[in-house]
Amino acid sequence: MSQDTTDTTPVTAVIGSAMRKIDGLAKSTGRAVYTDDIALPGMLHGKILRSPHPHAQIVSIDTSRAEALNGVHSVITGRDMPVQYGIIPWTPDEYPLCVDRVRYVGDGVAAVAAINEDIAIEALSLIEVEYEELPAFMDPRLALRADGSTPYVHDAKKEGRNGNVTKMVQLEFGDVEGGMDKADVVVEGDYFFEGTTHAAIEPHCAIGQWDGVGRLTVWSATQVPHYLHRELARVLELDQAQVRVLQPLVGGAFGGKSEPFDLEFCVAKLAIKTGRPVKILYTREEVFYSHRGRHPFHMHYRTGATKDGKLSSVDAKILLDGGAYASFGLVTTYYSGQLLCAPYEMPAYRFDSTRVYTNKPACGPKRGHGSVQPRFAFEVQIDKLAEKVDLDPIEFRRRNFIGEHTRTINDLRVTSNGFLECLSSVEAASSWEEKFRLLPFGSGIGIAGSTYITGTNYPIYPNEMPQSAVQMQIDRSGRVAVFSGASEIGQGCDSVVAYIAAEELGVPLEWVRVLRGDTDFTPVDLGAYSSRVTFMLGNAAIDAATRLRTMVQGSVSKSWGVKSSEVLLSGGFALWAQDTSRQMPIAEAFNLAEAEHGTLGATGWYDTPKDVHGDYRGGTIGASPAYSFTAHVAEVDVDVETGVVEVKKIWVAHDCGRALNPVLVEGQMEGSAYMGAAEAIMEEQIFKDADHGRAGLHNAPSLLDYRIPTSLDTPELQSLIVESIDPEGPYGAKEAGEGPLHPSIPAIANAIYDAIGVRMDRLPFSPPNVWRAIQDAGKLSKPTPPRCGGEQ
Amino acid sequence: MSNMTEIVRLRVNGDIKEVGVPTHYTLLEALRYVLALTGSKQGCDKGDCGACTVILDGAPTLACITPVWEAEGREVTTVEGLAGPQGPHPLQDEFDLKGAAQCGFCTPGILCSAAALLERSSEPSRLEIQEALAGNLCRCTGYAKIYDAVEAAAKRIAQSVGDTT
Repeated sequence: MSQDTTDTTPVTAVIGSAMRKIDGLAKSTGRAVYTDDIALPGMLHGKILRSPHPHAQIVSIDTSRAEALNGVHSVITGRDMPVQYGIIPWTPDEYPLCVDRVRYVGDGVAAVAAINEDIAIEALSLIEVEYEELPAFMDPRLALRADGSTPYVHDAKKEGRNGNVTKMVQLEFGDVEGGMDKADVVVEGDYFFEGTTHAAIEPHCAIGQWDGVGRLTVWSATQVPHYLHRELARVLELDQAQVRVLQPLVGGAFGGKSEPFDLEFCVAKLAIKTGRPVKILYTREEVFYSHRGRHPFHMHYRTGATKDGKLSSVDAKILLDGGAYASFGLVTTYYSGQLLCAPYEMPAYRFDSTRVYTNKPACGPKRGHGSVQPRFAFEVQIDKLAEKVDLDPIEFRRRNFIGEHTRTINDLRVTSNGFLECLSSVEAASSWEEKFRLLPFGSGIGIAGSTYITGTNYPIYPNEMPQSAVQMQIDRSGRVAVFSGASEIGQGCDSVVAYIAAEELGVPLEWVRVLRGDTDFTPVDLGAYSSRVTFMLGNAAIDAATRLRTMVQGSVSKSWGVKSSEVLLSGGFALWAQDTSRQMPIAEAFNLAEAEHGTLGATGWYDTPKDVHGDYRGGTIGASPAYSFTAHVAEVDVDVETGVVEVKKIWVAHDCGRALNPVLVEGQMEGSAYMGAAEAIMEEQIFKDADHGRAGLHNAPSLLDYRIPTSLDTPELQSLIVESIDPEGPYGAKEAGEGPLHPSIPAIANAIYDAIGVRMDRLPFSPPNVWRAIQDAGKLSKPTPPRCGGEQ
Repeated sequence: MSNMTEIVRLRVNGDIKEVGVPTHYTLLEALRYVLALTGSKQGCDKGDCGACTVILDGAPTLACITPVWEAEGREVTTVEGLAGPQGPHPLQDEFDLKGAAQCGFCTPGILCSAAALLERSSEPSRLEIQEALAGNLCRCTGYAKIYDAVEAAAKRIAQSVGDTT
């Protein structure tokens, strides 16, 4: 990073450099503790009995034989916890164990605690459940057309309504039809995004412990300990003060652990009933069925542009296949439309999104919640438009750049915006001009862009308290202790607070200790979702550290008889800015401050701006303190005989605001691009219908059959960090965890078109789908280059 | 389900341990739940993901599908056995420095595969590294930083061998 007179980048010692993570060595030496690594004295093992039917009424459950089995301590059913919950406060629609109806193959109906897993599994086989099977809805289009002649997935809330419809959102901004009329070209297309799942390598795991007199402790591989805390208290009918949630290190999440799951309630209830600690570890198959991953989307887009390559109008109609429960679906439905309005200026925009229930595992948030699917469709639409108006697709995107410090058509406030630099970075690094439309037939290159939120301005449950907070204390040895409630799921947030403490208080990184993941002892952070953590936790940490730093600077300045602002804290020393040979070890400086102020501790917090969204119903959803921007170029080879697409390389340029540690930012960019490429080429979370086996069965619930890329399948990835220095981000930082996934899929789709002239409008671009598209296309040829190139 | 148990004599990270385990136990279960060596992870329990990889007589081996008795009399090295009194193995240090471990759950298995690779090939090519790690799924990194770390560790090991000869 160059420092010149116009650069607004803050001068920093720690921030911005490549650093170790504070838990890096623990992870590489096997010392790191994950939930399943914990064994408590006397611990029992639990298992959950799951429905074999996609839709059925529970007539009766007889647990007597299971209870009589030697080694079984307790058996529970839905009747033990008849309180509905749901991550979104307005849509609670599930029970920890089903009470009277099962809604997907895998829905939990009973749970057992026994002295070991083998006996627990045997006990499950002794539970007798009588079901009355109901017709199942497997196809969202049929669920949408249901007339009530068979029971809906959930009963309609109002007489005469279709109970399968969980959410409908229709929003229109500007004059959509007028914009279409003004357009010189209108492109219309249907797109299908098959669902995908997170497949974190750590399966879900939870342990419950009850102290016998009123305190419940739950360890869980969750990315939302605070929401879990609240829901445990509500469902188990305990006071929140009685419940403690501990979050060991989490072995990957990607959105798949961002709401309460049946096992967390079951370990708690079984622990209360048995007086013994109880652990449940999902099998990999259960992880696939618990899902909450990306919704399948059926999308229709109509997009208009003028002949000089300016968007004039965008019209979208989307059907979301939600699966059996609401999950985050209310938000997903909004996000399917709300997050499309940058980085391009849209004079008019309309979306009409409907989420329906089906008798399949519930869908929820996966990295890039709700906006990866429409981004795929929209960026392919843009590629089609650019071709129609004879423009290089990078140039088309430049011409529609929305700008910085502006508002989107749906009235979201955009602050910093480095999208143009993202475009030029990938354009240059990929040698775009030498390749686009110029590679030999079968090889191609494609571009796509995107935006994503950096957290949400409104928390999941309405409240006016801070979204993130830390406590920080400094002690006489020079150490700094940080108490952080943020969720470390591998992205590095525990390290980020340590970097900030080291930066602000001038101590070496090794002297910072982070106490984390414990709702008894750490202040509330709302969780690792919506790419909120670095921005919110970072600002909270700066807030706390600044309070402490001010005290230390003041005490040292008095001792030296200089101005407080002239005292620097850096590298383990307090230094006088005018003459840095005047210095003292930082511990001495802390001692001076402690002598003056008493024991040194401070809290810091961050809350989002609340006045930066549109004044319409739903206008708060999608509102974020800052937006990240990304551009990808993907290069592919397509084998037209077999339909095999090889993604050779992806160039990823991402505006993360400021890279607090570039190593971690690159890691997020590469991991995102990998995950997007995986969804593009191979992943599909699909369930059989009655014509293809037993309805509701997962097609491939294993890491062998649900293919995720190995080292040999993963394209070469090149990260290009763009820093736009956001005015409200910590040191200018925005998010990097989810945004960089979005363009992978459309960039690959557009590259396939460049390679063989065939549009891929249906995911995944697996050999059967590509081969079919090739057959349907008939004659293949390289598309012709545009008359107007991309060079500036 | 049989409740039979047996005594198995294991040599793990240089220590000889006798463990009483159910006869159907896997090496992974013996390591994690009997010997409390929880570094090796269970991601799928069926040999698909590689998180359980340990080194058995020099060869990377899926502990979750290896019956415990198959390890009897053989040398088992887990992630906990890679570090020595001098400190972490160069691979472990480079994984930290290069950001090769995000969530860290696949890391122990990847380290065992990589350590076995570096034992048989001191200067592996990028393709050799990719092939050696093809049985270890990582969901966080996109593998790029993992390759960087393995290459850097190989260089360090070569250098330290050079320094001492």
